[in-house]
Amino acid sequence: MRAVCWNGSTDVRVESVPDPKILNPRDAIVKITSTAICGSDIHLYDGFIPTMEKGDILGHEFMGEVVEVGREVHNLKAGDRVVVPFTIACGSCFFCNRKSWSLCDNSNPNAPIPEALYGSTTGSGLFGYSHMFGGYAGGQAEYARVPFADVGPIKVPEGLEDEKVLFLSDILPTGYMAAENCNIQPGDTVAVWGCGPVGQFAIKSAFMLGAERVIAIDRFPYRLQMAKEYGKAEVLNYAEVEIGEALREMTGGMGPDACIDAVGMEAHGYGLDSVYDYAKQFVRLETDRPTALRQAIVACRKGGTVSIPGVYGGFIDKFPIGAAFSKGLTLKMGQTNVHTYLQPLLERIERGEIDPSGIITHRMSLNDAPRGYEVFKQKQEDCMKVVLKP
Amino acid sequence: MPRNISDGERIASIIGGTMLTLLGLSRKGDAGAVIALIGGGLAFRGISGFSPVYKALGMSTADSDSSDVAETQSRMVGVKRSVTINRSPQELYAFWRNFENLPGFMKHLHSVKVFDEKHSHWVASAPMNNTVEWNAEITDEQEDKHIAWRSTGDTSVPNTGSVQFTPAPEGRGTQVLVQIRYEPQAGLLGKAYLSLFGEEPSQQIAEDLRRFKALMETGEIATTTGQPKGRT
Ligand SMILES: NC(=O)c1ccc[n+]([C@@H]2O[C@H](COP(=O)([O-])OP(=O)(O)OC[C@H]3O[C@@H](n4cnc5c(N)ncnc54)[C@H](O)[C@@H]3O)[C@@H](O)[C@H]2O)c1
Ligand SMILES: [Zn+2]
Ligand SMILES: [Zn+2]
Repeated sequence: MRAVCWNGSTDVRVESVPDPKILNPRDAIVKITSTAICGSDIHLYDGFIPTMEKGDILGHEFMGEVVEVGREVHNLKAGDRVVVPFTIACGSCFFCNRKSWSLCDNSNPNAPIPEALYGSTTGSGLFGYSHMFGGYAGGQAEYARVPFADVGPIKVPEGLEDEKVLFLSDILPTGYMAAENCNIQPGDTVAVWGCGPVGQFAIKSAFMLGAERVIAIDRFPYRLQMAKEYGKAEVLNYAEVEIGEALREMTGGMGPDACIDAVGMEAHGYGLDSVYDYAKQFVRLETDRPTALRQAIVACRKGGTVSIPGVYGGFIDKFPIGAAFSKGLTLKMGQTNVHTYLQPLLERIERGEIDPSGIITHRMSLNDAPRGYEVFKQKQEDCMKVVLKP
Repeated sequence: MPRNISDGERIASIIGGTMLTLLGLSRKGDAGAVIALIGGGLAFRGISGFSPVYKALGMSTADSDSSDVAETQSRMVGVKRSVTINRSPQELYAFWRNFENLPGFMKHLHSVKVFDEKHSHWVASAPMNNTVEWNAEITDEQEDKHIAWRSTGDTSVPNTGSVQFTPAPEGRGTQVLVQIRYEPQAGLLGKAYLSLFGEEPSQQIAEDLRRFKALMETGEIATTTGQPKGRT
């Protein structure tokens, strides 16, 4: 089959590789009909996530048709149309039982690597996301092997086209969980850093969960435009205004009730602190650039919540713990517990409360994936989200 | 270089050292150079896990915060590991009690043949396609609670082991504690031991226990062996 393979920093290639096989009784093989490129893939593309190997198959946002199931998979059969969550979960450990699917104990065969790195047990296996997260072949390919297929994939009705349900695999639940983590109360103002796909869905979700106002922050006019039109948010361009000041002013001096960092470890910035972060990340003294996170913590009102869907992988400097502490902030973060949100969000899509396909700007053949990565990363052609068709 | 600094202290050293170095480099004059030097030294000991000062003092903090106990009473070495499994003590005990199930999750065990209630024969893989074998007998057991065994007769790899199943607090399954003791050997036998228990015996046992847990909780052990990959 054809698959998008990582070959080094900013080097992905479409290669011909063997087809996947059933390896465990609870596996299924899915013939992929649609797959997407995610902001998380850009962290891999830029070489910021360790333990990638040449030839690793990328991709964790995919859906398709079941073609084969292992002998312990009884809820799926060949021909079923499914969306696959990017977090791999066993469904029977302590964490899965508590619906903390992304913390599953049993799905990462390489768990000793992150344990050595982080000094304690860590999260679940992920598709196409480096060897420290399991080394699973990803879904930017014609076929994928799906472990624990009796627990993860959700069947989707024929009436809904791929583009409407594809993002159940990751970014829609991710934006939703980011908003849910804000514990939104009537009258709340939520500020969202980053108007990429995750940010867009965080904005939508904050309104679905009852936010009074959402203020979205980015520097790309077309992304802010989408936040305004698709998300109905008020917008701030951090290239033009000082964010902390603007937020204070817009919230009567209080600060937003909740802040969402939908940017992650490759934040861009203008301040002195971001120059320092660039330098340190460049020589690998600091692994992550936390410009947005620092701003979010400093801006948030007393007693508020900072929700962090943006991915961080290592160490950051100048973490404003004093501000967080003195304001009694709540910090929530982590990979998304995708499984929890599949059914409720599918229902919202069916009821027409949200149409996730609204963020798609690019549709390409799988063969054009290298161009897709570049266009998405460089934000060329007003690119918001790339969907690949194998 | 041997390690004589604990992990926690190493990380603190790396971070502290790096900060001091940067601070030192940002200052002019001798004081700055001294700070930078101290910082560099700290970072070095953090990265290498070795402190020349500790060595001179005959000190080590390397083992004090590890969860496994590696003691050298007489010549036997003991390794201890525990894991919490989301299953009842009854289920776990029943599976373990049939020693023929052990190779299913103990990586270096080739096979176990059970003769009778108490006696069994174990075969483990050794370097260069060799195997080591021994007979074992159960020395003590209590249904659903614990099992202890030891090698018998003339074996090149004398060892003893035990496993204990303790109910974990409400809804958390069972805490499983495994202890293995063996006599470290030099030469070829030492190598056989290495392959039996790995270079880090406690790590090896931790991995075996992780597989045991996966098998008991999910019925399979997660793997990627045999999946496709680009041919670069
Ligand atoms: N937690 C999870 O499970 C999960 C799942 C999916 C994605 N993610 C993460 O979410 C983050 C966003 O993903 P995406 O697909 O939307 O990526 P993206 O790269 O398209 O979007 C990031 C946006 O942040 C903006 N930005 C950069 N610096 C900023 C700053 N200082 N202030 C405000 N905005 C800034 C960029 O201009 C960009 O529009 C990534 O870190 C991704 O890895 C996490
Ligand atoms: Zn993603
Ligand atoms: Zn699990």
